[in-house]
Amino acid sequence: MSKYLVDKFLYTIDRDPALVERYRADPSGTVAWWEAEQAAVILNCHGQERSTWHAFTDTERAALASHDYVTLFELGAHNFLLLTLFIALFERDYAEPLAFQREFAARLGHWSPPYPDIAT
Amino acid sequence: MATVAAVIASTHHPFYYKASTSAGSDRPPFVDEWVAKIAAFRETLTAARPDVLVMVGSDHFHQLWLDNMPQFLIGKAPFYDGNWYNEEREFGLPRMFLRGDEDLSAYLLRQGMDAGFDLAFSNELRIDHSITCPLITLRPEADLPIVPVYTNIFAPPLPQPSRFAELGRTIRRLVESWPSDKRVAIIGTGHLSLELGGPRQFGPHGPDPEFDRKAVSWIASGDLGSALAEVSLDSLWLPGNATHGFMDFLLMMGVAGDGAKADYTDSLDLFHTMEAYFTWYPEGTQ
Repeated sequence: MSKYLVDKFLYTIDRDPALVERYRADPSGTVAWWEAEQAAVILNCHGQERSTWHAFTDTERAALASHDYVTLFELGAHNFLLLTLFIALFERDYAEPLAFQREFAARLGHWSPPYPDIAT
Repeated sequence: MATVAAVIASTHHPFYYKASTSAGSDRPPFVDEWVAKIAAFRETLTAARPDVLVMVGSDHFHQLWLDNMPQFLIGKAPFYDGNWYNEEREFGLPRMFLRGDEDLSAYLLRQGMDAGFDLAFSNELRIDHSITCPLITLRPEADLPIVPVYTNIFAPPLPQPSRFAELGRTIRRLVESWPSDKRVAIIGTGHLSLELGGPRQFGPHGPDPEFDRKAVSWIASGDLGSALAEVSLDSLWLPGNATHGFMDFLLMMGVAGDGAKADYTDSLDLFHTMEAYFTWYPEGTQ
Protein backbone atom coordinates (compact mmCIF):
# COMPACT_ATOMS: atom_id res chain seq x y z
CA MET A 1 0.00 0.00 0.00
CA SER A 2 1.31 3.45 -0.95
CA LYS A 3 -1.35 5.75 0.43
CA TYR A 4 1.11 8.60 0.75
CA LEU A 5 2.08 8.29 -2.91
CA VAL A 6 -1.56 8.33 -4.03
CA ASP A 7 -2.07 11.52 -2.01
CA LYS A 8 1.13 12.95 -3.49
CA PHE A 9 -0.21 12.29 -6.98
CA LEU A 10 -3.54 13.97 -6.20
CA TYR A 11 -1.75 16.90 -4.55
CA THR A 12 0.76 17.58 -7.29
CA ILE A 13 -1.80 17.26 -10.08
CA ASP A 14 -4.38 19.44 -8.32
CA ARG A 15 -2.03 22.38 -7.83
CA ASP A 16 -0.96 22.59 -11.49
CA PRO A 17 -3.53 23.76 -14.08
CA ALA A 18 -1.71 22.07 -16.96
CA LEU A 19 -1.53 18.76 -15.12
CA VAL A 20 -5.23 18.91 -14.24
CA GLU A 21 -6.02 19.11 -17.96
CA ARG A 22 -3.48 16.46 -18.84
CA TYR A 23 -4.89 14.05 -16.25
CA ARG A 24 -8.45 14.71 -17.46
CA ALA A 25 -7.54 14.06 -21.10
CA ASP A 26 -5.14 11.15 -20.63
CA PRO A 27 -5.44 9.54 -17.20
CA SER A 28 -3.43 6.36 -17.82
CA GLY A 29 -0.67 8.19 -19.70
CA THR A 30 -0.45 10.86 -17.00
CA VAL A 31 -0.25 8.26 -14.23
CA ALA A 32 2.47 6.32 -16.07
CA TRP A 33 4.50 9.50 -16.71
CA TRP A 34 4.01 10.73 -13.15
CA GLU A 35 5.05 7.44 -11.57
CA ALA A 36 8.15 7.25 -13.77
CA GLU A 37 9.22 10.90 -13.63
CA GLN A 38 7.59 12.66 -10.72
CA ALA A 39 6.83 10.19 -7.91
CA ALA A 40 10.41 10.29 -6.63
CA VAL A 41 10.68 14.10 -6.55
CA ILE A 42 11.02 15.38 -3.00
CA LEU A 43 8.99 18.55 -3.07
CA ASN A 44 11.03 21.64 -2.18
CA CYS A 45 14.32 19.79 -2.76
CA HIS A 46 16.89 20.05 -5.54
CA GLY A 47 15.87 17.87 -8.47
CA GLN A 48 18.86 15.57 -8.18
CA GLU A 49 17.95 14.60 -4.62
CA ARG A 50 15.21 12.08 -5.23
CA SER A 51 13.57 9.33 -3.26
CA THR A 52 14.39 5.82 -4.40
CA TRP A 53 11.56 3.69 -3.09
CA HIS A 54 8.21 4.88 -4.44
CA ALA A 55 5.81 2.76 -6.49
CA PHE A 56 2.04 2.42 -6.72
CA THR A 57 0.42 -0.93 -6.09
CA ASP A 58 -1.38 -2.38 -9.11
CA THR A 59 -4.73 -1.50 -7.51
CA GLU A 60 -3.72 2.11 -6.86
CA ARG A 61 -2.29 2.54 -10.35
CA ALA A 62 -5.42 1.12 -11.96
CA ALA A 63 -7.73 3.29 -9.85
CA LEU A 64 -5.81 6.46 -10.69
CA ALA A 65 -5.59 5.51 -14.37
CA SER A 66 -9.37 5.06 -14.59
CA HIS A 67 -10.41 8.13 -12.55
CA ASP A 68 -11.99 5.66 -10.10
CA TYR A 69 -12.59 7.89 -7.10
CA VAL A 70 -14.72 5.27 -5.33
CA THR A 71 -11.79 2.85 -5.18
CA LEU A 72 -9.41 5.67 -4.23
CA PHE A 73 -11.73 6.59 -1.33
CA GLU A 74 -11.79 2.93 -0.30
CA LEU A 75 -7.98 2.79 -0.39
CA GLY A 76 -7.86 5.69 2.08
CA ALA A 77 -6.90 8.53 -0.25
CA HIS A 78 -7.34 11.85 1.53
CA ASN A 79 -10.96 12.91 1.14
CA PHE A 80 -10.20 16.60 0.62
CA LEU A 81 -7.58 16.02 -2.06
CA LEU A 82 -9.84 13.56 -3.80
CA LEU A 83 -12.85 15.85 -3.85
CA THR A 84 -10.97 18.98 -4.86
CA LEU A 85 -9.18 17.38 -7.79
CA PHE A 86 -12.21 15.49 -9.06
CA ILE A 87 -14.36 18.62 -8.95
CA ALA A 88 -11.71 20.26 -11.15
CA LEU A 89 -11.78 17.30 -13.51
CA PHE A 90 -15.50 16.72 -13.91
CA GLU A 91 -17.74 19.46 -12.50
CA ARG A 92 -17.66 21.17 -15.90
CA ASP A 93 -19.46 18.20 -17.50
CA TYR A 94 -22.62 18.68 -15.41
CA ALA A 95 -25.25 21.30 -16.16
CA GLU A 96 -26.64 21.72 -12.66
CA PRO A 97 -24.58 23.28 -9.84
CA LEU A 98 -23.27 20.64 -7.40
CA ALA A 99 -24.56 17.80 -9.60
CA PHE A 100 -21.12 16.20 -9.81
CA GLN A 101 -20.57 16.58 -6.06
CA ARG A 102 -23.91 14.88 -5.38
CA GLU A 103 -23.15 12.05 -7.78
CA PHE A 104 -19.79 11.61 -6.04
CA ALA A 105 -21.66 11.30 -2.73
CA ALA A 106 -24.22 8.89 -4.15
CA ARG A 107 -21.54 6.59 -5.55
CA LEU A 108 -20.12 6.34 -2.04
CA GLY A 109 -23.58 5.83 -0.57
CA HIS A 110 -22.83 2.29 0.57
CA TRP A 111 -20.39 3.71 3.12
CA SER A 112 -21.21 4.79 6.66
CA PRO A 113 -18.67 5.67 9.38
CA PRO A 114 -16.06 4.52 10.04
CA TYR A 115 -14.71 5.32 6.59
CA PRO A 116 -11.38 3.97 5.34
CA ASP A 117 -8.47 5.36 7.32
CA ILE A 118 -6.82 8.39 5.66
CA ALA A 119 -3.85 8.49 8.03
CA THR A 120 -0.53 8.28 6.21
CA MET B 1 0.38 45.87 27.44
CA ALA B 2 -1.72 45.05 24.40
CA THR B 3 -5.49 44.88 24.64
CA VAL B 4 -7.56 41.98 23.33
CA ALA B 5 -10.20 44.08 21.62
CA ALA B 6 -12.31 41.19 20.34
CA VAL B 7 -12.32 37.43 20.07
CA ILE B 8 -14.14 36.17 17.00
CA ALA B 9 -14.89 32.63 15.91
CA SER B 10 -16.71 31.59 12.78
CA THR B 11 -17.05 29.06 10.06
CA HIS B 12 -15.22 29.87 6.81
CA HIS B 13 -17.39 29.26 3.80
CA PRO B 14 -15.31 29.55 0.64
CA PHE B 15 -18.39 30.18 -1.51
CA TYR B 16 -19.38 33.38 0.33
CA TYR B 17 -17.28 35.62 -1.90
CA LYS B 18 -18.71 34.21 -5.11
CA ALA B 19 -22.26 34.13 -3.74
CA SER B 20 -22.16 37.65 -2.34
CA THR B 21 -20.78 39.15 -5.55
CA SER B 22 -23.21 37.30 -7.83
CA ALA B 23 -26.06 39.10 -9.52
CA GLY B 24 -29.21 38.46 -11.49
CA SER B 25 -30.10 34.87 -12.24
CA ASP B 26 -26.73 33.72 -10.90
CA ARG B 27 -27.59 34.99 -7.42
CA PRO B 28 -28.94 32.15 -5.25
CA PRO B 29 -32.08 32.95 -3.25
CA PHE B 30 -30.44 32.57 0.16
CA VAL B 31 -27.69 35.10 -0.52
CA ASP B 32 -29.38 38.30 0.62
CA GLU B 33 -30.00 36.87 4.09
CA TRP B 34 -26.41 35.59 4.20
CA VAL B 35 -24.98 38.98 3.21
CA ALA B 36 -27.11 40.73 5.84
CA LYS B 37 -25.86 38.37 8.54
CA ILE B 38 -22.26 38.90 7.46
CA ALA B 39 -22.71 42.68 7.49
CA ALA B 40 -23.96 42.50 11.09
CA PHE B 41 -21.11 40.16 12.04
CA ARG B 42 -18.57 42.48 10.40
CA GLU B 43 -19.81 45.34 12.55
CA THR B 44 -18.80 43.38 15.67
CA LEU B 45 -15.17 43.58 14.57
CA THR B 46 -15.36 47.16 13.32
CA ALA B 47 -16.78 48.28 16.67
CA ALA B 48 -13.77 46.81 18.47
CA ARG B 49 -11.39 49.19 16.62
CA PRO B 50 -8.58 46.66 16.16
CA ASP B 51 -5.03 47.56 15.11
CA VAL B 52 -3.78 44.01 14.51
CA LEU B 53 -5.48 40.71 13.67
CA VAL B 54 -4.28 37.32 14.89
CA MET B 55 -5.81 34.93 12.37
CA VAL B 56 -6.23 31.25 13.29
CA GLY B 57 -6.91 28.83 10.45
CA SER B 58 -5.68 25.67 8.78
CA ASP B 59 -3.80 25.20 5.54
CA HIS B 60 -5.73 22.94 3.17
CA PHE B 61 -2.72 21.15 1.61
CA HIS B 62 -1.52 24.29 -0.09
CA GLN B 63 1.87 25.11 1.35
CA LEU B 64 2.01 22.49 4.10
CA TRP B 65 2.37 18.94 2.90
CA LEU B 66 2.76 15.44 4.27
CA ASP B 67 6.54 15.39 3.85
CA ASN B 68 6.91 18.05 6.53
CA MET B 69 3.71 18.64 8.45
CA PRO B 70 3.66 20.98 11.45
CA GLN B 71 0.90 20.66 14.06
CA PHE B 72 0.85 24.33 15.08
CA LEU B 73 2.63 27.00 13.03
CA ILE B 74 2.89 30.78 13.29
CA GLY B 75 3.74 32.95 10.32
CA LYS B 76 6.48 35.53 10.85
CA ALA B 77 6.81 37.60 7.72
CA PRO B 78 6.42 41.25 6.74
CA PHE B 79 3.82 40.36 4.11
CA TYR B 80 1.52 37.50 3.16
CA ASP B 81 0.10 36.68 -0.22
CA GLY B 82 -3.30 35.07 -0.07
CA ASN B 83 -5.24 32.40 -1.94
CA TRP B 84 -4.14 29.74 -4.39
CA TYR B 85 -4.85 28.68 -7.94
CA ASN B 86 -7.20 25.87 -6.93
CA GLU B 87 -9.18 28.29 -4.73
CA GLU B 88 -9.55 30.67 -7.67
CA ARG B 89 -10.60 27.70 -9.77
CA GLU B 90 -13.15 26.21 -7.40
CA PHE B 91 -14.39 29.18 -5.38
CA GLY B 92 -13.57 32.22 -7.50
CA LEU B 93 -11.52 33.69 -4.64
CA PRO B 94 -9.42 36.76 -5.47
CA ARG B 95 -5.68 37.05 -4.92
CA MET B 96 -5.01 39.04 -1.74
CA PHE B 97 -2.06 40.77 -0.11
CA LEU B 98 -1.70 41.41 3.61
CA ARG B 99 0.84 43.08 5.82
CA GLY B 100 2.27 41.12 8.74
CA ASP B 101 3.09 42.19 12.28
CA GLU B 102 6.49 40.56 12.77
CA ASP B 103 6.91 41.91 16.27
CA LEU B 104 3.79 40.13 17.52
CA SER B 105 4.70 37.01 15.52
CA ALA B 106 8.12 36.90 17.17
CA TYR B 107 6.61 37.45 20.60
CA LEU B 108 4.06 34.66 20.20
CA LEU B 109 6.72 32.27 18.90
CA ARG B 110 9.25 32.89 21.65
CA GLN B 111 6.77 33.10 24.50
CA GLY B 112 4.65 30.28 23.12
CA MET B 113 7.63 27.93 23.06
CA ASP B 114 8.56 28.98 26.59
CA ALA B 115 4.96 28.28 27.62
CA GLY B 116 5.07 24.67 26.41
CA PHE B 117 4.12 24.78 22.71
CA ASP B 118 6.98 23.89 20.37
CA LEU B 119 5.62 26.01 17.55
CA ALA B 120 6.76 25.75 13.95
CA PHE B 121 7.25 28.98 12.05
CA SER B 122 7.24 30.20 8.48
CA ASN B 123 8.99 33.25 7.06
CA GLU B 124 7.21 32.91 3.71
CA LEU B 125 3.63 31.83 4.02
CA ARG B 126 0.96 32.07 1.38
CA ILE B 127 -2.28 32.00 3.34
CA ASP B 128 -5.35 30.14 2.11
CA HIS B 129 -9.11 30.49 2.42
CA SER B 130 -9.23 29.54 6.10
CA ILE B 131 -7.70 32.97 6.75
CA THR B 132 -8.75 34.94 3.66
CA CYS B 133 -12.45 34.04 4.02
CA PRO B 134 -12.79 35.68 7.44
CA LEU B 135 -10.89 38.67 6.10
CA ILE B 136 -13.37 38.90 3.24
CA THR B 137 -16.32 38.67 5.62
CA LEU B 138 -14.98 40.69 8.57
CA ARG B 139 -12.42 43.11 7.13
CA PRO B 140 -12.74 43.22 3.34
CA GLU B 141 -10.46 46.27 3.19
CA ALA B 142 -7.67 43.88 4.28
CA ASP B 143 -5.91 46.93 5.68
CA LEU B 144 -4.69 45.62 9.04
CA PRO B 145 -1.50 43.67 9.72
CA ILE B 146 -2.00 40.03 10.58
CA VAL B 147 -0.32 37.20 12.41
CA PRO B 148 -1.37 33.87 10.87
CA VAL B 149 -1.64 30.84 13.15
CA TYR B 150 -2.10 27.52 11.39
CA THR B 151 -3.33 24.34 13.04
CA ASN B 152 -3.38 20.82 11.68
CA ILE B 153 -7.01 19.66 11.59
CA PHE B 154 -6.47 17.86 8.35
CA ALA B 155 -3.67 15.32 8.20
CA PRO B 156 -3.68 12.64 10.92
CA PRO B 157 -2.13 12.17 13.40
CA LEU B 158 -3.64 15.35 14.87
CA PRO B 159 -3.10 16.98 18.25
CA GLN B 160 -5.73 16.22 20.88
CA PRO B 161 -8.75 18.56 21.20
CA SER B 162 -7.54 19.64 24.63
CA ARG B 163 -4.31 20.94 23.07
CA PHE B 164 -6.28 23.22 20.76
CA ALA B 165 -8.12 24.66 23.76
CA GLU B 166 -4.88 25.05 25.68
CA LEU B 167 -3.16 26.77 22.75
CA GLY B 168 -6.11 29.19 22.66
CA ARG B 169 -5.74 29.97 26.36
CA THR B 170 -2.01 30.48 25.81
CA ILE B 171 -2.49 32.83 22.85
CA ARG B 172 -4.91 34.91 24.90
CA ARG B 173 -2.48 35.15 27.79
CA LEU B 174 0.43 36.00 25.51
CA VAL B 175 -1.38 38.71 23.57
CA GLU B 176 -2.38 40.29 26.87
CA SER B 177 1.25 40.30 27.98
CA TRP B 178 2.63 41.67 24.67
CA PRO B 179 4.42 44.93 25.41
CA SER B 180 2.47 47.11 23.00
CA ASP B 181 -0.35 49.61 23.19
CA LYS B 182 -2.12 48.02 20.23
CA ARG B 183 -5.63 46.64 20.16
CA VAL B 184 -5.54 43.05 18.96
CA ALA B 185 -8.49 41.09 17.61
CA ILE B 186 -8.04 37.32 17.71
CA ILE B 187 -10.06 35.68 14.94
CA GLY B 188 -10.30 31.99 14.19
CA THR B 189 -12.32 29.88 11.81
CA GLY B 190 -13.26 26.24 11.83
CA HIS B 191 -16.13 23.97 10.98
CA LEU B 192 -19.23 22.55 12.55
CA SER B 193 -20.25 19.15 11.16
CA LEU B 194 -18.86 18.90 7.66
CA GLU B 195 -18.39 16.18 5.07
CA LEU B 196 -16.03 16.63 2.11
CA GLY B 197 -15.17 13.81 -0.24
CA GLY B 198 -17.63 11.38 1.33
CA PRO B 199 -21.18 10.02 0.99
CA ARG B 200 -22.81 12.72 3.16
CA GLN B 201 -21.36 15.72 1.31
CA PHE B 202 -23.46 18.54 -0.16
CA GLY B 203 -26.75 17.50 1.38
CA PRO B 204 -29.59 19.93 2.11
CA HIS B 205 -27.97 20.88 5.42
CA GLY B 206 -24.89 19.91 7.45
CA PRO B 207 -24.33 16.16 7.84
CA ASP B 208 -25.17 16.19 11.57
CA PRO B 209 -27.62 18.92 12.66
CA GLU B 210 -27.70 17.52 16.19
CA PHE B 211 -23.93 17.97 16.52
CA ASP B 212 -24.27 21.48 15.09
CA ARG B 213 -26.96 22.38 17.64
CA LYS B 214 -24.79 21.17 20.50
CA ALA B 215 -21.65 22.80 19.12
CA VAL B 216 -23.32 26.20 18.74
CA SER B 217 -24.60 25.91 22.31
CA TRP B 218 -21.13 25.01 23.66
CA ILE B 219 -19.48 27.90 21.84
CA ALA B 220 -22.13 30.50 22.68
CA SER B 221 -22.04 29.59 26.36
CA GLY B 222 -18.28 29.09 26.54
CA ASP B 223 -18.86 25.56 27.79
CA LEU B 224 -15.42 24.22 27.01
CA GLY B 225 -15.76 21.55 29.70
CA SER B 226 -18.76 19.89 28.05
CA ALA B 227 -17.28 20.24 24.58
CA LEU B 228 -14.00 18.61 25.61
CA ALA B 229 -15.82 15.90 27.56
CA GLU B 230 -17.90 14.96 24.55
CA VAL B 231 -15.52 15.15 21.58
CA SER B 232 -12.41 13.13 20.84
CA LEU B 233 -10.22 12.59 17.82
CA ASP B 234 -12.21 9.41 17.14
CA SER B 235 -15.67 10.84 17.77
CA LEU B 236 -15.15 13.82 15.45
CA TRP B 237 -15.20 11.48 12.43
CA LEU B 238 -18.84 10.67 13.12
CA PRO B 239 -20.59 14.02 12.47
CA GLY B 240 -18.76 14.25 9.12
CA ASN B 241 -15.33 13.41 7.79
CA ALA B 242 -14.12 17.04 7.88
CA THR B 243 -15.46 17.83 11.35
CA HIS B 244 -12.02 17.95 12.98
CA GLY B 245 -12.14 21.60 11.94
CA PHE B 246 -14.31 22.00 15.03
CA MET B 247 -11.05 21.90 16.99
CA ASP B 248 -10.31 25.42 15.77
CA PHE B 249 -13.54 26.46 17.50
CA LEU B 250 -12.22 24.75 20.65
CA LEU B 251 -9.05 26.82 20.25
CA MET B 252 -11.11 29.99 20.00
CA MET B 253 -13.15 29.00 23.07
CA GLY B 254 -9.82 28.76 24.85
CA VAL B 255 -9.00 32.28 23.65
CA ALA B 256 -12.38 33.56 24.81
CA GLY B 257 -11.93 31.89 28.20
CA ASP B 258 -13.57 28.96 29.96
CA GLY B 259 -17.17 29.86 30.71
CA ALA B 260 -17.10 33.07 28.67
CA LYS B 261 -20.49 33.62 27.05
CA ALA B 262 -20.32 35.08 23.56
CA ASP B 263 -21.53 38.67 23.33
CA TYR B 264 -22.78 38.04 19.80
CA THR B 265 -24.07 34.77 18.33
CA ASP B 266 -25.65 34.11 14.97
CA SER B 267 -26.00 31.15 12.64
CA LEU B 268 -27.39 30.29 9.23
CA ASP B 269 -28.43 26.89 7.98
CA LEU B 270 -27.03 26.58 4.46
CA PHE B 271 -26.94 23.71 2.05
CA HIS B 272 -24.29 21.20 3.16
CA THR B 273 -23.12 23.09 6.26
CA MET B 274 -24.23 25.37 9.04
CA GLU B 275 -22.64 28.79 9.26
CA ALA B 276 -22.03 30.15 12.77
CA TYR B 277 -20.67 33.48 14.01
CA PHE B 278 -19.51 34.41 17.51
CA THR B 279 -17.90 37.50 19.04
CA TRP B 280 -16.63 38.11 22.56
CA TYR B 281 -15.58 41.47 23.94
CA PRO B 282 -13.12 40.92 26.80
CA GLU B 283 -13.35 44.61 27.75
CA GLY B 284 -17.13 44.45 28.00
CA THR B 285 -19.79 44.92 25.34
CA GLN B 286 -18.84 47.55 22.77
